[in-house]
Amino acid sequence: MSDHRPTGIKRWLYTTNHKDIGTMYLWFSFIMFLTGGAMAMVIRAELYQPGLQFVEPGFFNQMTTMHGLIMVFGAVMPSMVGLANWLIPMQIGAPDMALPRMNNWSFWILPFAFTLLLSSLFMEGGAPNFGWTFYAPLSTTYAPPSTDFFILGVHMMGISSIMGAINVIVTIFNMRAPGMTLMKMPLFVWTWLITAFLLIMVMPVLAGVVTMMLTDRHFGTAFFDAAGGGDPVMFQHIFWFFGHPEVYIMVLPAFGVVSEIIPAFSRKKLFGYSSMVYATASIALLSFIVWAHHMFAVGMPVAGELFFMIATMLIAVPTGVKVFNWIATMWQGSLTFETPMLFSIAFVILFTIGGFSGVMLAMAPVDFQYHDTYFVVAHFHYVLFPGAIFGTTAAVYYWFPKWTGKMYNETIGKWHFWLSMVFVNLTFFPMHFSGLAGMPRRIPDYNMMFADYNMWASIGAFGLGLTQVFFFVTIIMAIRNGKKADEKQWDGATGLEWDAMPTPAPYHSFSTPPKVD
Amino acid sequence: MSTETEEKYESYYVPEQSPWPIVGAVALFFIAYGAGNFIQQSGDFVETGDAGWGKFVLMGAMAVMIYMLFRWWKDVIKESVEGLYSAQMDRSFKQGMLWFIASEVMFFAAFFGALLYVRQLIIPWLGGEGNNAATHMYLWPDFIPQWPLTTTPDGTTTTGMGAWGLPAINTALLLTSSWTLTIAHHALKENNRQALLNYTVLTAVLGIVFLALQALEYHHAYGEMGLTMGSGIYGSTFFLLTGFHGFHVTLGTIYIIVLSIRCAKGDFTAKHHFAYEAGAWYWHFVDVVWLFLFIFVYLM
Repeated sequence: MSDHRPTGIKRWLYTTNHKDIGTMYLWFSFIMFLTGGAMAMVIRAELYQPGLQFVEPGFFNQMTTMHGLIMVFGAVMPSMVGLANWLIPMQIGAPDMALPRMNNWSFWILPFAFTLLLSSLFMEGGAPNFGWTFYAPLSTTYAPPSTDFFILGVHMMGISSIMGAINVIVTIFNMRAPGMTLMKMPLFVWTWLITAFLLIMVMPVLAGVVTMMLTDRHFGTAFFDAAGGGDPVMFQHIFWFFGHPEVYIMVLPAFGVVSEIIPAFSRKKLFGYSSMVYATASIALLSFIVWAHHMFAVGMPVAGELFFMIATMLIAVPTGVKVFNWIATMWQGSLTFETPMLFSIAFVILFTIGGFSGVMLAMAPVDFQYHDTYFVVAHFHYVLFPGAIFGTTAAVYYWFPKWTGKMYNETIGKWHFWLSMVFVNLTFFPMHFSGLAGMPRRIPDYNMMFADYNMWASIGAFGLGLTQVFFFVTIIMAIRNGKKADEKQWDGATGLEWDAMPTPAPYHSFSTPPKVD
Repeated sequence: MSTETEEKYESYYVPEQSPWPIVGAVALFFIAYGAGNFIQQSGDFVETGDAGWGKFVLMGAMAVMIYMLFRWWKDVIKESVEGLYSAQMDRSFKQGMLWFIASEVMFFAAFFGALLYVRQLIIPWLGGEGNNAATHMYLWPDFIPQWPLTTTPDGTTTTGMGAWGLPAINTALLLTSSWTLTIAHHALKENNRQALLNYTVLTAVLGIVFLALQALEYHHAYGEMGLTMGSGIYGSTFFLLTGFHGFHVTLGTIYIIVLSIRCAKGDFTAKHHFAYEAGAWYWHFVDVVWLFLFIFVYLM
């Protein structure tokens, strides 16, 4: 097949090319990352000092809600889908994704879904203000009218995610080059296969729960109303049945990314490949039976608390296997510390901190103390920022030379890393302390005793936000006049995309399948 | 790259650019925007007497969406008839359809989960079971836990829907329709075109009769039984479960009607008929959901 590229706006609107669609996903997610980040800046500005300085409490609630929704559904998830689009066909030796037109549809739904969601900021009564977890009855009886558009926006995101996941799973099962058996697939492909399975299983449940909200709001049903025989706690059960697998949806592809990068810069094979696969699958399966650990404080029967506590702690076992394997891969390797490797090592360390605080939160009696405090905020930001987002960032630096044939500026990349590393900890580590001391999450004002921690966190957050400019600058500079990348930029890299494909990657991937030994 | 691989390899068809996905995305946006306004404006309807403009946006966008799907599938059928699709492509479609049905199963699972949670836990707890004796005493001491929940905690009353009238007939209808569709599918594989057409049409007719009876049942529930969406949790679960099922039967029936037309026009071959197979799978899925409905919503 020729390397003919369509030109003009139609190239992007009508495209069926996995690389074009991947690029659009990545830029979209970056724009959403900055949008959600700006909202985080509003939050941290208000929390810089105790007392109310900049925004009304109601608007503050809208900011926490929209920040969470945009980061989860607009920044992290699309960034992972973008990487999947770029990499999976290249890594398994396929010509493209299995269903290219549907791939385009999956992407183009997203900008419209987020237009709908963001437009709620300008509606009468303001944007949704009940937190990204939108618990009933805050999201039903007491919610602003814009909640209906939030619900329909979530439906659109769900449709996009389900179609994207079906595409990924079919591509992996049906489009592998001859000889690319399942247990030869790169780990990024494996983790995405499992992620896609999770998406197909839980996104429809999210659609179900927001539908119940909609009918409770407008059609007189009583799902989340005890006076009619329903139960607001039931909302939490259904939501978290979606919500807990969702957190693995966000981080599993990042596991895959670092499982590619750490071996490359250690010049060693990944330690324990098959155990990595099984550990990922175990994490995914366990994620279906742990949801109520988000709800220890609602008054569940003790048997329920015990079950969900123990099941949750079990997840530490396969996660521990993975962390062990990453470290064992580095052990006695000839390590070099280019930007992707730095982000990956930081991922291993900082994600583990987030994992440990997760084990602390898993203990039901202790969680009664931590529940809804800043400790929880610290925990999930540790797994999401230095986890999922460092993972994506590492992936972009690592594959950028392959994708574009150009090399980014390593010095700026390293500055991006080190500043991110310092500021991410300055932002989120003090939240552990303020949380343990009892500071509730989602409040615009707080007791004087939390002032120091919050000031540090705010300074860290402003720094962290500004640091992402380095990322933007280094990528733009590299695209415009980056120096030519080597045919194989990283000598330790393995896989079809490095060994069986020229640099930069041609517009169409393998039109005849490569040979896999 | 060995020559052997090249010889065995059938090329996978990657379509050139297509305008339909972006049209679909725009249509979906206006469906959501129109539906949101329509729902909110029909809430004002009682006060203002004006149903608002939302429904026009919604209907217009739906029309665009239907047109888009029509054109998209027209392209797909054309490509298939031109022989562009390899066996591998066929597998992509089949696997895609199966995962789509898996996602549909999970959508219904959310509502079945809600139903079971309500029946097994919430209703007994509201009645004071477990450690909820004080809750019961202070909140709604007169509340009697039972299913169907004919009197809600706040005193709304309704009637339970029996299983052995229309629902039993509907069960028989749907089971029969799955059977007729299977006969038709076998006829297609044996290239018996007349039986194929007859039994496909019969399946569609059974679907339509099912929907008509379901409408009759709703009419009866609203008109005579006082069973509405607002009748507390029993009405909520009843109408959302049967309603979403009915919506899926509607889509399935339209699908089968389209298949009937395509059969009459001579589409599909004994070996190559993914669209027919996918429709059959979808219809069987809808049938299985009904069996669970019949057991958990009507019978138990």
